[in-house]
Amino acid sequence: MPNQENRLPMKSEEAIKVINLTKKFKDLTAVNNISFTVKKGEIFGFLGPNGAGKSTTLSMLATLLEPTQGTALVNGFSIRKDRDSVRRSIGMVFQDPTLDEELTAYENMDFHGRLYNVPATVRKKKILELLKLVELNERKDSLVKTFSGGMRRRLEIARGLLHEPKVLFLDEPTLGLDPQTRNKLWEYIKRLNTEKGLTIILTTHYMDEADKLSDRIAIIDNGKMIILDTPENLKNMIGGEIITVETPNGDKLESLMKNCKWCKSGKRHDGSFTLTVDHADKKIPELVQIANKNKIKINSIVIHKPSLEDVFLHFTGKTIREQEAGAIENLRQGRRMHGRMRRR
Amino acid sequence: MSSATYTIWLRNLKRYIRSKSRIFGSLGQPLFFLVVLGFGLSSLNIPGATGGYLKFIIPGIIAMTVLFTSIFSGIQIIWDKQFGFLKETLVAPISRLSIMLGQTFGGATTALIQGLLIMILAFVIGGIFPSAMGLIIALVFMVLIGLAFTSLGIAIASKMEDMQGFQLIMNFVIFPIFLLSGALFPLTDAPKALKIITYFDPMTYGVEGMRYGILGSSSINPLICFLVLGGFAALMILIGSILFKKIKV
Ligand SMILES: Nc1ncnc2c1ncn2[C@@H]1O[C@H](COP(=O)(O)OP(=O)(O)O)[C@@H](O)[C@H]1O
Ligand SMILES: [Mg+2]
Repeated sequence: MPNQENRLPMKSEEAIKVINLTKKFKDLTAVNNISFTVKKGEIFGFLGPNGAGKSTTLSMLATLLEPTQGTALVNGFSIRKDRDSVRRSIGMVFQDPTLDEELTAYENMDFHGRLYNVPATVRKKKILELLKLVELNERKDSLVKTFSGGMRRRLEIARGLLHEPKVLFLDEPTLGLDPQTRNKLWEYIKRLNTEKGLTIILTTHYMDEADKLSDRIAIIDNGKMIILDTPENLKNMIGGEIITVETPNGDKLESLMKNCKWCKSGKRHDGSFTLTVDHADKKIPELVQIANKNKIKINSIVIHKPSLEDVFLHFTGKTIREQEAGAIENLRQGRRMHGRMRRR
Repeated sequence: MSSATYTIWLRNLKRYIRSKSRIFGSLGQPLFFLVVLGFGLSSLNIPGATGGYLKFIIPGIIAMTVLFTSIFSGIQIIWDKQFGFLKETLVAPISRLSIMLGQTFGGATTALIQGLLIMILAFVIGGIFPSAMGLIIALVFMVLIGLAFTSLGIAIASKMEDMQGFQLIMNFVIFPIFLLSGALFPLTDAPKALKIITYFDPMTYGVEGMRYGILGSSSINPLICFLVLGGFAALMILIGSILFKKIKV
């Protein structure tokens, strides 16, 4: 759609401009008419459950998938008309591993450098520099098949930076990694952003990851972009505080609190009940009284500020379920053991 | 050769050289064929197999090694698909054609090396010393077989989701191509029906061409062999690149 692109020129501070992007797989709409812009130098988070359409969106932005409708400009280049320029200007770290395990870390980097025409004179120096940055310089001559999950991820990030892209895409960068390794990776990602001024677009279904890293977050569910704002603003939209009551009689408490006037919302979960209220400290005595009067056992009460989890719940009406994380992690390992499976 | 093509060729070679067990392991089968069939049937006087049956099948066994190695090299793209590495190549700012050619040249090179290894062994076992010109002719045919069947492997891999169909392809494509090529029997005295089928097998022209180079005589004119096999290789490269262009990851 050349006319549309000409009518919507990119501003100089924009790294990416997405215009009505849509992807359909037969009758499934994986990405449904989304539009947004990413500013230069920002970390932009794509938050959504498994199957929301995050990877599909990144694949289109990286020109690996043709959009069904709409388009996008990446670093000023059209993803439909100027694929090679787009490809040269981005770094991509896919959700699933894409290393050659039979090659060493250095050889994987070298392969990439050659494909992107990084001149031989600087290639070696930059590879060593980047391997040092992700603390793999001492393992540079080891075969990748001897690497842990975290090391592989770090290598993929270093590789994605070798041709000096202006924008780095990270698809679920810490999927399946242990907490310590995740923390470490977050540090690298932050540092790349602050020290190199790199624009980073990351997708995740981990709330804490989106919250900690992103300057702005787009929440995406069922292919649709629900809302886009800074983590702070998103949390302030909910307002008030959240009381979580741990109780075996959640349903009884829920029906009692149905017509409570000072509750903004209430919801029962497995073994607990949450209420969104203003001035939670003043409301707790009343809540306890109601519970006592009705012989409802309370194990604990916690007050907390709204988290992204609450934001997600508020806008989509459901939580990002924990088991999804487990499902993808199994898939990620399963793929390597039992051959190909479609990402779901 | 573009630098992308060279890079992919280089990766193929590195992986090949590193897989010592594969190099030596896949020498086993052709050696087995050579020794068991060559010596086992040497007492039979097979008409058309002048110079003894062992010598007669040597070109065919070398051709077989090149055939199997190259098909397998092409099909390896499925592993790259499964292990994800293919994405890294596909998202780079290079054309699909340059990737496909890199893979084809890489597969043909490893098949050629593998063929040379068995050739040396076979020459020692059979006591053959072909002329330099004959050797060059044999090498040309080995290169053509390598290019054609790596491309065929890539074409198959572009259409296959996983390795599950591999056994099927092995049994219904690769073995027939080999067995019907006249690698193990002389075409001159084959029954008519079999002979006709054989002429439709592109591998026949590879085997006959190599026979001419190594043994100095063949039942099909070597120039015709060259033209047919060369044309087939070009066709396979074309089909392989068209199918590879549509590959989905
Ligand atoms: N190649 C494909 N063919 C058919 N459906 C697909 C394909 N890729 C993704 N999908 C579907 O599109 C939806 C979005 O998938 P995806 O973008 O991978 O989600 P996410 O990355 O947010 O987990 C899912 O329902 C998935 O099953
Ligand atoms: Mg995904």
